[in-house]
Amino acid sequence: MSLGAVNTGLTGARALQAAGIGVLLILPFLGGSDYFMHILIQVLIWAFIYTSWALMGRLGLVSLGHGAFMGIGAYTVVLLWNFLGITPWLGIPIGVVLAVLLALVIGFPCFRFRIVGHYFALVTLALGEVVRLTIIALRDHTGGSLGLTPNRFGDGTSWYALQFADKEYFYYIALAVWLAGLGIWVLVDRSMMRYALIAVGEDEGAAASLGIRVTVQKLRITALSAALTALGGGLYAQYLTYVNPSIVSGVTVSLHIVFAVIVGGMFTAFGPTVGALFTITLSEILRISFGAQIIGLDLSIYGLLLILFIIFLPKGILGSLQDLAAKRAREAKAD
Amino acid sequence: MLVVDGITKNFGGFVAVNGVSFEVRAGEILGLIGPNGSGKSTLFNLISGALRASAGSVKFDGQEIAGMPPDRVCHLGVARTFQIPRPFGSLSLMENVALSAFFGQEGKVTRPQAWRQAEEALALVNLPTDGVATPENLGAAGLKKLELARALATQPRLLLADESLGGLDEAEMDQAADMLDRVRRERGVTIIWVEHIMGVLMRLVDRVMVLDHGELIAEGLPREVAADRRVIEVYFGRDYEAHGESGQPAGPEI
Repeated sequence: MSLGAVNTGLTGARALQAAGIGVLLILPFLGGSDYFMHILIQVLIWAFIYTSWALMGRLGLVSLGHGAFMGIGAYTVVLLWNFLGITPWLGIPIGVVLAVLLALVIGFPCFRFRIVGHYFALVTLALGEVVRLTIIALRDHTGGSLGLTPNRFGDGTSWYALQFADKEYFYYIALAVWLAGLGIWVLVDRSMMRYALIAVGEDEGAAASLGIRVTVQKLRITALSAALTALGGGLYAQYLTYVNPSIVSGVTVSLHIVFAVIVGGMFTAFGPTVGALFTITLSEILRISFGAQIIGLDLSIYGLLLILFIIFLPKGILGSLQDLAAKRAREAKAD
Repeated sequence: MLVVDGITKNFGGFVAVNGVSFEVRAGEILGLIGPNGSGKSTLFNLISGALRASAGSVKFDGQEIAGMPPDRVCHLGVARTFQIPRPFGSLSLMENVALSAFFGQEGKVTRPQAWRQAEEALALVNLPTDGVATPENLGAAGLKKLELARALATQPRLLLADESLGGLDEAEMDQAADMLDRVRRERGVTIIWVEHIMGVLMRLVDRVMVLDHGELIAEGLPREVAADRRVIEVYFGRDYEAHGESGQPAGPEI
Protein backbone atom coordinates (compact mmCIF):
# COMPACT_ATOMS: atom_id res chain seq x y z
CA MET A 1 0.00 0.00 0.00
CA SER A 2 1.45 3.38 -0.95
CA LEU A 3 1.56 6.30 1.42
CA GLY A 4 -1.12 8.00 -0.66
CA ALA A 5 -3.45 5.07 -0.18
CA VAL A 6 -2.86 5.18 3.57
CA ASN A 7 -3.73 8.86 3.60
CA THR A 8 -6.88 8.31 1.59
CA GLY A 9 -7.79 5.54 3.99
CA LEU A 10 -7.38 7.87 6.93
CA THR A 11 -9.36 10.66 5.31
CA GLY A 12 -12.03 8.13 4.48
CA ALA A 13 -12.25 7.06 8.10
CA ARG A 14 -12.40 10.70 9.21
CA ALA A 15 -15.18 11.45 6.74
CA LEU A 16 -17.08 8.39 7.91
CA GLN A 17 -16.73 9.50 11.52
CA ALA A 18 -17.88 13.02 10.74
CA ALA A 19 -20.87 11.65 8.83
CA GLY A 20 -21.66 9.31 11.69
CA ILE A 21 -21.61 12.12 14.23
CA GLY A 22 -23.73 14.23 11.89
CA VAL A 23 -26.37 11.51 11.70
CA LEU A 24 -26.32 11.07 15.46
CA LEU A 25 -26.75 14.82 15.95
CA ILE A 26 -29.89 15.11 13.80
CA LEU A 27 -31.34 11.77 14.81
CA PRO A 28 -33.93 13.16 17.27
CA PHE A 29 -35.40 15.30 14.48
CA LEU A 30 -36.01 12.34 12.23
CA GLY A 31 -39.12 11.48 14.19
CA GLY A 32 -38.09 8.21 15.79
CA SER A 33 -40.43 6.81 18.40
CA ASP A 34 -39.87 7.25 22.10
CA TYR A 35 -38.98 3.59 22.29
CA PHE A 36 -36.32 4.00 19.64
CA MET A 37 -34.89 6.99 21.50
CA HIS A 38 -34.95 5.03 24.73
CA ILE A 39 -32.88 2.25 23.19
CA LEU A 40 -30.44 4.74 21.70
CA ILE A 41 -29.92 6.52 25.00
CA GLN A 42 -29.36 3.22 26.76
CA VAL A 43 -26.85 2.18 24.12
CA LEU A 44 -24.96 5.46 24.48
CA ILE A 45 -24.82 5.41 28.27
CA TRP A 46 -23.84 1.76 28.44
CA ALA A 47 -21.34 2.21 25.63
CA PHE A 48 -19.75 4.95 27.71
CA ILE A 49 -19.60 2.69 30.78
CA TYR A 50 -18.21 -0.19 28.73
CA THR A 51 -15.57 2.10 27.25
CA SER A 52 -14.64 3.20 30.76
CA TRP A 53 -14.21 -0.41 31.83
CA ALA A 54 -12.17 -1.26 28.76
CA LEU A 55 -9.73 1.56 29.49
CA MET A 56 -8.22 -0.64 32.18
CA GLY A 57 -9.51 -4.01 31.00
CA ARG A 58 -7.55 -3.86 27.76
CA LEU A 59 -4.38 -3.14 29.72
CA GLY A 60 -4.54 -6.34 31.70
CA LEU A 61 -6.48 -5.01 34.68
CA VAL A 62 -9.63 -7.08 34.43
CA SER A 63 -12.16 -5.84 36.95
CA LEU A 64 -15.18 -7.94 37.75
CA GLY A 65 -16.47 -5.30 40.11
CA HIS A 66 -17.22 -2.20 38.09
CA GLY A 67 -20.79 -2.43 39.32
CA ALA A 68 -19.38 -1.04 42.55
CA PHE A 69 -18.34 2.20 40.89
CA MET A 70 -21.50 2.44 38.83
CA GLY A 71 -23.62 1.82 41.93
CA ILE A 72 -21.80 4.47 43.90
CA GLY A 73 -22.27 6.98 41.11
CA ALA A 74 -25.97 6.17 40.76
CA TYR A 75 -26.89 6.03 44.44
CA THR A 76 -24.84 9.03 45.50
CA VAL A 77 -26.64 11.34 43.13
CA VAL A 78 -30.12 10.09 44.03
CA LEU A 79 -29.52 9.97 47.79
CA LEU A 80 -28.00 13.45 47.89
CA TRP A 81 -30.92 14.80 45.88
CA ASN A 82 -33.65 13.11 47.89
CA PHE A 83 -32.30 13.65 51.38
CA LEU A 84 -30.22 16.81 51.15
CA GLY A 85 -31.65 18.46 48.05
CA ILE A 86 -28.21 18.62 46.45
CA THR A 87 -28.41 19.12 42.70
CA PRO A 88 -27.10 16.29 40.48
CA TRP A 89 -24.63 18.81 39.12
CA LEU A 90 -22.89 18.42 42.46
CA GLY A 91 -24.16 14.94 43.24
CA ILE A 92 -22.59 13.36 40.18
CA PRO A 93 -19.12 14.82 40.84
CA ILE A 94 -19.39 13.76 44.49
CA GLY A 95 -20.25 10.24 43.36
CA VAL A 96 -17.28 10.31 41.02
CA VAL A 97 -14.97 11.40 43.84
CA LEU A 98 -16.31 8.65 46.12
CA ALA A 99 -15.80 6.04 43.41
CA VAL A 100 -12.24 7.23 42.86
CA LEU A 101 -11.56 7.06 46.59
CA LEU A 102 -12.90 3.51 46.71
CA ALA A 103 -10.81 2.59 43.68
CA LEU A 104 -7.69 3.95 45.35
CA VAL A 105 -8.41 2.27 48.68
CA ILE A 106 -8.91 -1.10 46.98
CA GLY A 107 -6.33 -0.58 44.27
CA PHE A 108 -3.41 0.52 46.41
CA PRO A 109 -2.97 -2.67 48.43
CA CYS A 110 -3.70 -4.80 45.35
CA PHE A 111 -1.07 -3.07 43.25
CA ARG A 112 1.42 -2.57 46.04
CA PHE A 113 1.40 -6.27 46.88
CA ARG A 114 1.23 -7.41 43.28
CA ILE A 115 -2.22 -8.90 43.33
CA VAL A 116 -2.62 -9.41 39.60
CA GLY A 117 -4.58 -11.43 37.07
CA HIS A 118 -7.16 -13.77 38.52
CA TYR A 119 -6.52 -12.64 42.06
CA PHE A 120 -7.16 -9.04 41.16
CA ALA A 121 -10.35 -10.07 39.35
CA LEU A 122 -11.53 -11.92 42.45
CA VAL A 123 -10.87 -8.95 44.72
CA THR A 124 -12.91 -6.71 42.45
CA LEU A 125 -15.66 -9.33 42.21
CA ALA A 126 -15.99 -9.19 45.98
CA LEU A 127 -15.90 -5.40 45.89
CA GLY A 128 -18.92 -5.25 43.59
CA GLU A 129 -20.91 -7.48 45.91
CA VAL A 130 -19.86 -5.52 49.00
CA VAL A 131 -21.25 -2.35 47.48
CA ARG A 132 -24.49 -4.07 46.43
CA LEU A 133 -24.99 -5.60 49.87
CA THR A 134 -24.22 -2.27 51.51
CA ILE A 135 -26.89 -0.60 49.43
CA ILE A 136 -29.38 -3.27 50.47
CA ALA A 137 -28.34 -3.07 54.12
CA LEU A 138 -28.92 0.69 54.20
CA ARG A 139 -32.55 0.10 53.23
CA ASP A 140 -33.91 2.89 55.42
CA HIS A 141 -32.39 5.33 53.00
CA THR A 142 -31.82 3.34 49.84
CA GLY A 143 -35.06 1.40 49.82
CA GLY A 144 -33.12 -1.87 49.82
CA SER A 145 -33.72 -4.14 46.85
CA LEU A 146 -36.90 -2.27 45.99
CA GLY A 147 -34.83 0.61 44.78
CA LEU A 148 -35.22 4.31 44.92
CA THR A 149 -36.77 7.03 42.81
CA PRO A 150 -35.36 10.55 42.74
CA ASN A 151 -37.93 13.13 43.87
CA ARG A 152 -39.61 14.87 40.96
CA PHE A 153 -38.81 18.52 40.59
CA GLY A 154 -41.41 20.97 39.33
CA ASP A 155 -43.12 19.90 36.12
CA GLY A 156 -40.54 17.27 35.35
CA THR A 157 -38.19 19.24 33.13
CA SER A 158 -35.40 21.03 34.91
CA TRP A 159 -31.74 21.52 34.21
CA TYR A 160 -31.20 22.11 37.91
CA ALA A 161 -32.62 18.68 38.79
CA LEU A 162 -31.28 17.13 35.59
CA GLN A 163 -34.73 15.72 34.93
CA PHE A 164 -36.36 15.93 31.55
CA ALA A 165 -39.79 14.99 30.34
CA ASP A 166 -38.55 14.71 26.76
CA LYS A 167 -35.99 12.16 25.73
CA GLU A 168 -34.12 14.54 23.42
CA TYR A 169 -32.35 16.22 26.31
CA PHE A 170 -30.93 13.01 27.62
CA TYR A 171 -30.11 11.87 24.16
CA TYR A 172 -27.80 14.82 23.65
CA ILE A 173 -26.30 14.53 27.12
CA ALA A 174 -25.63 10.83 26.57
CA LEU A 175 -24.22 11.53 23.12
CA ALA A 176 -21.84 14.17 24.50
CA VAL A 177 -20.69 11.91 27.32
CA TRP A 178 -20.21 8.97 24.97
CA LEU A 179 -18.13 11.09 22.60
CA ALA A 180 -16.10 12.35 25.54
CA GLY A 181 -15.53 8.74 26.57
CA LEU A 182 -14.22 7.90 23.10
CA GLY A 183 -12.02 10.99 23.26
CA ILE A 184 -10.55 9.86 26.55
CA TRP A 185 -9.99 6.41 25.08
CA VAL A 186 -8.04 7.92 22.21
CA LEU A 187 -6.00 10.10 24.58
CA VAL A 188 -5.10 7.11 26.73
CA ASP A 189 -4.39 5.10 23.61
CA ARG A 190 -1.86 7.67 22.47
CA SER A 191 -0.35 8.29 25.89
CA MET A 192 2.90 7.04 27.32
CA MET A 193 0.81 5.65 30.16
CA ARG A 194 -0.50 3.00 27.77
CA TYR A 195 3.03 1.83 27.01
CA ALA A 196 3.83 1.79 30.70
CA LEU A 197 0.79 -0.33 31.46
CA ILE A 198 1.40 -2.73 28.59
CA ALA A 199 4.94 -3.18 29.88
CA VAL A 200 3.65 -3.66 33.42
CA GLY A 201 1.08 -6.17 32.21
CA GLU A 202 3.77 -8.21 30.50
CA ASP A 203 6.48 -8.07 33.14
CA GLU A 204 6.14 -5.98 36.28
CA GLY A 205 9.69 -6.61 37.42
CA ALA A 206 11.26 -5.55 34.14
CA ALA A 207 8.97 -2.53 33.92
CA ALA A 208 9.91 -1.39 37.42
CA SER A 209 13.60 -1.82 36.73
CA LEU A 210 13.23 0.61 33.80
CA GLY A 211 11.81 3.28 36.05
CA ILE A 212 8.09 2.68 35.64
CA ARG A 213 6.24 3.37 38.88
CA VAL A 214 4.02 0.34 38.66
CA THR A 215 1.63 1.14 41.49
CA VAL A 216 1.17 4.75 40.44
CA GLN A 217 0.48 3.88 36.82
CA LYS A 218 -2.06 1.22 37.75
CA LEU A 219 -3.77 3.51 40.22
CA ARG A 220 -4.05 6.26 37.63
CA ILE A 221 -5.86 4.15 35.07
CA THR A 222 -8.02 2.48 37.71
CA ALA A 223 -9.07 5.83 39.16
CA LEU A 224 -9.86 7.15 35.69
CA SER A 225 -11.90 4.09 34.82
CA ALA A 226 -13.77 4.18 38.15
CA ALA A 227 -14.48 7.90 37.78
CA LEU A 228 -15.97 7.53 34.33
CA THR A 229 -17.99 4.48 35.37
CA ALA A 230 -19.43 6.40 38.32
CA LEU A 231 -20.31 9.25 35.98
CA GLY A 232 -22.08 6.78 33.74
CA GLY A 233 -23.91 5.36 36.76
CA GLY A 234 -25.05 8.80 37.89
CA LEU A 235 -26.26 9.64 34.44
CA TYR A 236 -28.09 6.34 34.12
CA ALA A 237 -29.88 6.95 37.42
CA GLN A 238 -30.92 10.41 36.25
CA TYR A 239 -32.18 9.04 32.98
CA LEU A 240 -34.13 6.12 34.38
CA THR A 241 -35.22 8.18 37.39
CA TYR A 242 -34.97 4.93 39.24
CA VAL A 243 -32.17 2.92 40.77
CA ASN A 244 -32.11 -0.48 42.32
CA PRO A 245 -29.15 -2.53 43.49
CA SER A 246 -29.34 -5.14 40.78
CA ILE A 247 -29.51 -2.77 37.80
CA VAL A 248 -26.64 -0.50 38.82
CA SER A 249 -24.37 -2.63 40.99
CA GLY A 250 -23.48 -6.13 42.00
CA VAL A 251 -22.06 -9.04 40.14
CA THR A 252 -24.76 -9.18 37.43
CA VAL A 253 -23.99 -5.68 36.23
CA SER A 254 -20.25 -6.18 36.61
CA LEU A 255 -20.26 -9.33 34.53
CA HIS A 256 -22.59 -7.76 32.01
CA ILE A 257 -20.02 -5.04 31.47
CA VAL A 258 -17.25 -7.58 30.94
CA PHE A 259 -19.39 -9.65 28.61
CA ALA A 260 -20.41 -6.72 26.44
CA VAL A 261 -16.85 -5.48 26.08
CA ILE A 262 -15.52 -8.91 25.19
CA VAL A 263 -18.27 -9.32 22.61
CA GLY A 264 -17.64 -5.93 21.06
CA GLY A 265 -13.87 -6.04 21.29
CA MET A 266 -11.84 -4.43 24.01
CA PHE A 267 -8.82 -3.40 22.01
CA THR A 268 -10.42 -0.87 19.69
CA ALA A 269 -12.10 2.41 20.53
CA PHE A 270 -15.49 1.45 19.13
CA GLY A 271 -15.39 -2.13 20.42
CA PRO A 272 -17.26 -1.42 23.67
CA THR A 273 -19.84 0.58 21.72
CA VAL A 274 -20.42 -2.34 19.37
CA GLY A 275 -20.77 -4.46 22.50
CA ALA A 276 -23.45 -2.13 23.83
CA LEU A 277 -25.35 -2.18 20.54
CA PHE A 278 -25.16 -5.95 20.38
CA THR A 279 -26.16 -6.75 23.96
CA ILE A 280 -28.95 -4.22 24.20
CA THR A 281 -30.41 -5.20 20.85
CA LEU A 282 -30.19 -8.84 21.83
CA SER A 283 -31.87 -8.36 25.17
CA GLU A 284 -34.65 -6.28 23.58
CA ILE A 285 -35.26 -8.94 20.94
CA LEU A 286 -35.37 -11.63 23.58
CA ARG A 287 -37.66 -9.56 25.75
CA ILE A 288 -40.06 -8.82 22.91
CA SER A 289 -40.14 -12.36 21.57
CA PHE A 290 -40.36 -14.21 24.84
CA GLY A 291 -41.54 -11.54 27.23
CA ALA A 292 -41.82 -12.76 30.77
CA GLN A 293 -42.47 -16.36 29.74
CA ILE A 294 -39.00 -17.53 30.42
CA ILE A 295 -37.40 -15.31 33.01
CA GLY A 296 -33.66 -15.28 32.88
CA LEU A 297 -33.45 -16.57 29.32
CA ASP A 298 -31.42 -13.57 28.24
CA LEU A 299 -28.85 -14.28 30.93
CA SER A 300 -28.54 -17.91 29.85
CA ILE A 301 -28.05 -16.84 26.26
CA TYR A 302 -25.47 -14.24 27.35
CA GLY A 303 -23.59 -16.91 29.23
CA LEU A 304 -23.59 -19.23 26.24
CA LEU A 305 -22.51 -16.46 23.88
CA LEU A 306 -19.77 -15.38 26.24
CA ILE A 307 -18.27 -18.86 26.13
CA LEU A 308 -18.51 -18.96 22.34
CA PHE A 309 -16.97 -15.52 21.96
CA ILE A 310 -14.07 -16.21 24.28
CA ILE A 311 -13.31 -19.40 22.39
CA PHE A 312 -13.88 -18.28 18.82
CA LEU A 313 -13.68 -14.48 18.76
CA PRO A 314 -11.48 -13.43 21.66
CA LYS A 315 -10.97 -10.03 20.06
CA GLY A 316 -14.70 -9.44 19.86
CA ILE A 317 -16.90 -8.55 16.90
CA LEU A 318 -15.15 -5.34 15.92
CA GLY A 319 -11.65 -6.58 16.69
CA SER A 320 -12.18 -9.66 14.55
CA LEU A 321 -13.68 -7.66 11.69
CA GLN A 322 -10.69 -5.34 11.74
CA ASP A 323 -8.31 -8.29 11.71
CA LEU A 324 -10.21 -9.69 8.75
CA ALA A 325 -10.06 -6.36 6.92
CA ALA A 326 -6.33 -6.08 7.60
CA LYS A 327 -5.82 -9.62 6.31
CA ARG A 328 -7.80 -8.84 3.14
CA ALA A 329 -5.75 -5.72 2.62
CA ARG A 330 -2.52 -7.68 2.97
CA GLU A 331 -3.72 -10.31 0.53
CA ALA A 332 -4.82 -7.65 -1.93
CA LYS A 333 -1.41 -6.05 -1.64
CA ALA A 334 0.30 -9.38 -2.18
CA ASP A 335 -1.62 -9.97 -5.42
CA MET B 1 30.44 6.11 42.94
CA LEU B 2 28.92 2.99 44.42
CA VAL B 3 29.86 1.79 47.88
CA VAL B 4 28.49 -1.55 48.98
CA ASP B 5 29.00 -2.36 52.62
CA GLY B 6 28.36 -5.74 54.21
CA ILE B 7 25.36 -6.53 52.05
CA THR B 8 23.64 -9.76 52.98
CA LYS B 9 20.64 -11.62 51.66
CA ASN B 10 19.23 -14.80 53.01
CA PHE B 11 16.27 -16.72 51.72
CA GLY B 12 15.12 -18.54 54.82
CA GLY B 13 18.16 -20.43 56.02
CA PHE B 14 20.05 -20.10 52.74
CA VAL B 15 22.50 -17.25 52.59
CA ALA B 16 22.71 -16.14 48.96
CA VAL B 17 24.94 -13.14 49.53
CA ASN B 18 26.97 -12.92 52.69
CA GLY B 19 28.46 -9.66 53.92
CA VAL B 20 29.80 -8.49 50.57
CA SER B 21 31.60 -5.14 50.54
CA PHE B 22 33.16 -3.38 47.57
CA GLU B 23 33.46 -0.08 45.84
CA VAL B 24 32.96 0.94 42.23
CA ARG B 25 34.91 3.90 40.92
CA ALA B 26 33.45 6.31 38.41
CA GLY B 27 34.35 5.40 34.84
CA GLU B 28 35.59 1.88 35.39
CA ILE B 29 34.36 -1.47 34.20
CA LEU B 30 34.26 -3.82 37.13
CA GLY B 31 33.97 -7.48 36.28
CA LEU B 32 32.04 -9.74 38.60
CA ILE B 33 32.57 -13.43 38.12
CA GLY B 34 31.78 -16.61 39.94
CA PRO B 35 30.29 -20.02 39.29
CA ASN B 36 26.55 -20.55 38.82
CA GLY B 37 24.68 -19.92 42.03
CA SER B 38 27.48 -17.90 43.58
CA GLY B 39 25.17 -14.94 44.17
CA LYS B 40 26.04 -12.64 41.26
CA SER B 41 22.49 -12.09 40.10
CA THR B 42 21.25 -11.78 43.68
CA LEU B 43 23.84 -9.08 44.27
CA PHE B 44 22.51 -7.22 41.21
CA ASN B 45 18.98 -7.61 42.44
CA LEU B 46 19.99 -6.13 45.77
CA ILE B 47 21.68 -3.11 44.21
CA SER B 48 18.88 -2.45 41.72
CA GLY B 49 16.14 -2.79 44.32
CA ALA B 50 14.49 -5.89 42.89
CA LEU B 51 15.28 -7.59 46.20
CA ARG B 52 15.45 -6.10 49.66
CA ALA B 53 18.69 -6.74 51.52
CA SER B 54 18.59 -8.59 54.85
CA ALA B 55 21.45 -6.44 56.10
CA GLY B 56 24.09 -4.03 54.87
CA SER B 57 24.08 -0.82 52.91
CA VAL B 58 24.43 0.33 49.32
CA LYS B 59 25.38 3.94 48.72
CA PHE B 60 25.18 5.48 45.27
CA ASP B 61 26.89 8.87 45.14
CA GLY B 62 26.61 8.98 48.91
CA GLN B 63 22.86 8.25 48.95
CA GLU B 64 21.58 5.10 50.59
CA ILE B 65 19.72 3.08 47.97
CA ALA B 66 19.35 -0.27 49.75
CA GLY B 67 15.64 -0.80 50.32
CA MET B 68 14.58 1.65 47.61
CA PRO B 69 12.10 0.35 45.04
CA PRO B 70 13.64 -0.46 41.64
CA ASP B 71 11.97 2.44 39.84
CA ARG B 72 13.59 4.98 42.18
CA VAL B 73 16.98 3.35 41.88
CA CYS B 74 16.58 3.62 38.12
CA HIS B 75 15.61 7.29 38.37
CA LEU B 76 18.78 7.95 40.34
CA GLY B 77 20.84 6.65 37.44
CA VAL B 78 21.40 2.94 38.01
CA ALA B 79 20.18 0.72 35.17
CA ARG B 80 20.38 -3.02 34.79
CA THR B 81 19.98 -5.75 32.24
CA PHE B 82 18.57 -9.14 33.04
CA GLN B 83 20.43 -12.38 32.64
CA ILE B 84 17.46 -13.82 30.79
CA PRO B 85 16.15 -11.09 28.48
CA ARG B 86 12.72 -9.79 29.44
CA PRO B 87 11.46 -7.88 26.38
CA PHE B 88 7.91 -6.52 26.17
CA GLY B 89 6.80 -8.79 23.36
CA SER B 90 3.73 -6.92 22.19
CA LEU B 91 5.63 -3.66 21.71
CA SER B 92 8.02 -2.77 18.91
CA LEU B 93 11.74 -2.41 19.58
CA MET B 94 11.39 1.37 19.42
CA GLU B 95 8.51 1.31 21.88
CA ASN B 96 10.42 -0.99 24.22
CA VAL B 97 13.34 1.39 24.32
CA ALA B 98 11.39 4.65 24.13
CA LEU B 99 9.30 3.81 27.16
CA SER B 100 12.51 3.07 29.03
CA ALA B 101 13.89 6.46 28.05
CA PHE B 102 10.65 8.20 28.99
CA PHE B 103 9.96 6.52 32.31
CA GLY B 104 13.59 5.94 33.26
CA GLN B 105 13.94 9.72 33.36
CA GLU B 106 10.35 10.43 34.26
CA GLY B 107 9.53 14.11 34.17
CA LYS B 108 12.91 15.04 32.76
CA VAL B 109 12.38 14.29 29.09
CA THR B 110 9.64 15.03 26.62
CA ARG B 111 8.16 12.37 24.40
CA PRO B 112 10.08 13.41 21.27
CA GLN B 113 13.28 13.41 23.30
CA ALA B 114 12.53 9.92 24.58
CA TRP B 115 11.98 8.73 21.03
CA ARG B 116 15.22 10.31 19.89
CA GLN B 117 17.14 8.70 22.73
CA ALA B 118 15.55 5.37 21.90
CA GLU B 119 16.80 5.71 18.35
CA GLU B 120 20.30 6.49 19.60
CA ALA B 121 20.30 3.55 22.00
CA LEU B 122 19.08 1.11 19.37
CA ALA B 123 21.58 2.44 16.85
CA LEU B 124 24.36 1.97 19.40
CA VAL B 125 23.58 -1.73 19.68
CA ASN B 126 22.93 -2.12 15.94
CA LEU B 127 19.23 -2.90 16.16
CA PRO B 128 16.66 -1.55 13.69
CA THR B 129 15.11 1.81 14.58
CA ASP B 130 12.26 1.60 12.07
CA GLY B 131 9.55 1.33 14.71
CA VAL B 132 8.16 -1.79 13.03
CA ALA B 133 10.58 -4.50 14.14
CA THR B 134 9.47 -6.39 17.22
CA PRO B 135 11.38 -8.53 19.74
CA GLU B 136 9.65 -11.56 18.22
CA ASN B 137 12.21 -12.11 15.49
CA LEU B 138 15.30 -11.38 17.53
CA GLY B 139 17.59 -14.24 18.39
CA ALA B 140 19.44 -14.62 21.66
CA ALA B 141 22.05 -12.07 20.65
CA GLY B 142 19.42 -9.58 19.50
CA LEU B 143 17.48 -9.88 22.74
CA LYS B 144 20.63 -9.23 24.73
CA LYS B 145 21.20 -6.12 22.65
CA LEU B 146 17.65 -4.99 23.32
CA GLU B 147 18.21 -5.43 27.05
CA LEU B 148 21.28 -3.26 26.78
CA ALA B 149 19.56 -0.62 24.66
CA ARG B 150 16.65 -0.41 27.10
CA ALA B 151 18.95 0.00 30.06
CA LEU B 152 21.04 2.62 28.25
CA ALA B 153 17.97 4.55 27.19
CA THR B 154 17.31 5.39 30.84
CA GLN B 155 20.60 7.36 30.59
CA PRO B 156 22.26 5.66 33.55
CA ARG B 157 25.52 6.64 35.15
CA LEU B 158 25.97 3.11 36.44
CA LEU B 159 25.05 0.08 34.37
CA LEU B 160 24.63 -3.36 35.88
CA ALA B 161 25.09 -5.74 32.97
CA ASP B 162 24.02 -9.23 33.98
CA GLU B 163 25.70 -12.03 32.05
CA SER B 164 24.98 -10.18 28.91
CA LEU B 165 27.06 -12.63 26.94
CA GLY B 166 25.53 -15.92 27.99
CA GLY B 167 24.12 -18.02 25.16
CA LEU B 168 26.06 -16.28 22.40
CA ASP B 169 28.62 -17.65 19.99
CA GLU B 170 32.16 -16.37 20.02
CA ALA B 171 31.77 -13.68 17.38
CA GLU B 172 28.61 -12.37 19.02
CA MET B 173 30.39 -12.33 22.36
CA ASP B 174 33.24 -10.24 21.05
CA GLN B 175 30.79 -7.89 19.44
CA ALA B 176 28.79 -7.51 22.64
CA ALA B 177 31.92 -7.00 24.70
CA ASP B 178 33.09 -4.26 22.36
CA MET B 179 29.68 -2.68 22.73
CA LEU B 180 30.04 -2.45 26.50
CA ASP B 181 33.47 -0.97 26.01
CA ARG B 182 32.00 1.63 23.65
CA VAL B 183 29.29 2.43 26.16
CA ARG B 184 31.93 3.22 28.70
CA ARG B 185 34.17 5.18 26.34
CA GLU B 186 31.52 7.13 24.43
CA ARG B 187 28.97 7.67 27.14
CA GLY B 188 31.10 7.62 30.23
CA VAL B 189 28.91 4.99 31.85
CA THR B 190 30.42 3.10 34.75
CA ILE B 191 29.73 -0.61 34.42
CA ILE B 192 29.54 -3.65 36.64
CA TRP B 193 29.67 -6.60 34.36
CA VAL B 194 28.58 -10.01 35.53
CA GLU B 195 29.75 -12.96 33.56
CA HIS B 196 30.62 -16.55 34.05
CA ILE B 197 32.66 -16.95 30.91
CA MET B 198 35.90 -15.30 31.88
CA GLY B 199 37.77 -14.91 28.60
CA VAL B 200 36.16 -11.84 27.04
CA LEU B 201 35.55 -10.25 30.38
CA MET B 202 39.16 -10.40 31.49
CA ARG B 203 40.21 -8.65 28.29
CA LEU B 204 38.09 -5.55 28.92
CA VAL B 205 37.61 -4.96 32.62
CA ASP B 206 39.71 -2.75 34.84
CA ARG B 207 39.17 -4.86 37.92
CA VAL B 208 37.58 -8.18 38.74
CA MET B 209 35.72 -9.47 41.77
CA VAL B 210 35.03 -13.13 42.36
CA LEU B 211 32.02 -14.40 44.26
CA ASP B 212 31.67 -17.91 45.58
CA HIS B 213 28.82 -19.16 47.73
CA GLY B 214 27.72 -15.59 48.30
CA GLU B 215 31.11 -14.40 49.53
CA LEU B 216 33.70 -12.21 47.92
CA ILE B 217 36.81 -14.35 47.64
CA ALA B 218 39.07 -12.26 45.44
CA GLU B 219 39.35 -8.78 44.01
CA GLY B 220 41.98 -7.09 41.90
CA LEU B 221 43.43 -6.71 38.42
CA PRO B 222 42.34 -9.40 35.97
CA ARG B 223 45.86 -10.82 35.83
CA GLU B 224 46.14 -11.13 39.58
CA VAL B 225 42.71 -12.62 40.04
CA ALA B 226 43.25 -15.20 37.32
CA ALA B 227 46.32 -16.40 39.15
CA ASP B 228 44.63 -16.44 42.54
CA ARG B 229 44.69 -19.86 44.14
CA ARG B 230 41.20 -19.67 45.61
CA VAL B 231 39.73 -18.55 42.30
CA ILE B 232 41.30 -21.50 40.53
CA GLU B 233 39.96 -23.81 43.20
CA VAL B 234 36.49 -22.41 42.80
CA TYR B 235 36.52 -22.74 39.04
CA PHE B 236 38.40 -25.99 38.63
CA GLY B 237 38.14 -27.71 41.94
CA ARG B 238 40.75 -28.36 44.59
CA ASP B 239 42.52 -31.05 42.58
CA TYR B 240 43.46 -28.75 39.73
CA GLU B 241 46.71 -27.58 41.16
CA ALA B 242 47.76 -30.96 42.47
CA HIS B 243 47.35 -32.47 39.01
CA GLY B 244 48.65 -29.41 37.23
CA GLU B 245 51.61 -29.87 34.96
CA SER B 246 53.77 -27.29 36.65
CA GLY B 247 53.87 -25.57 39.99
CA GLN B 248 52.69 -22.38 38.40
CA PRO B 249 48.91 -22.17 38.10
CA ALA B 250 47.88 -21.43 34.56
CA GLY B 251 44.78 -19.45 35.39
CA PRO B 252 41.40 -20.35 34.03
CA GLU B 253 40.37 -19.81 30.41
CA ILE B 254 42.19 -16.63 29.59
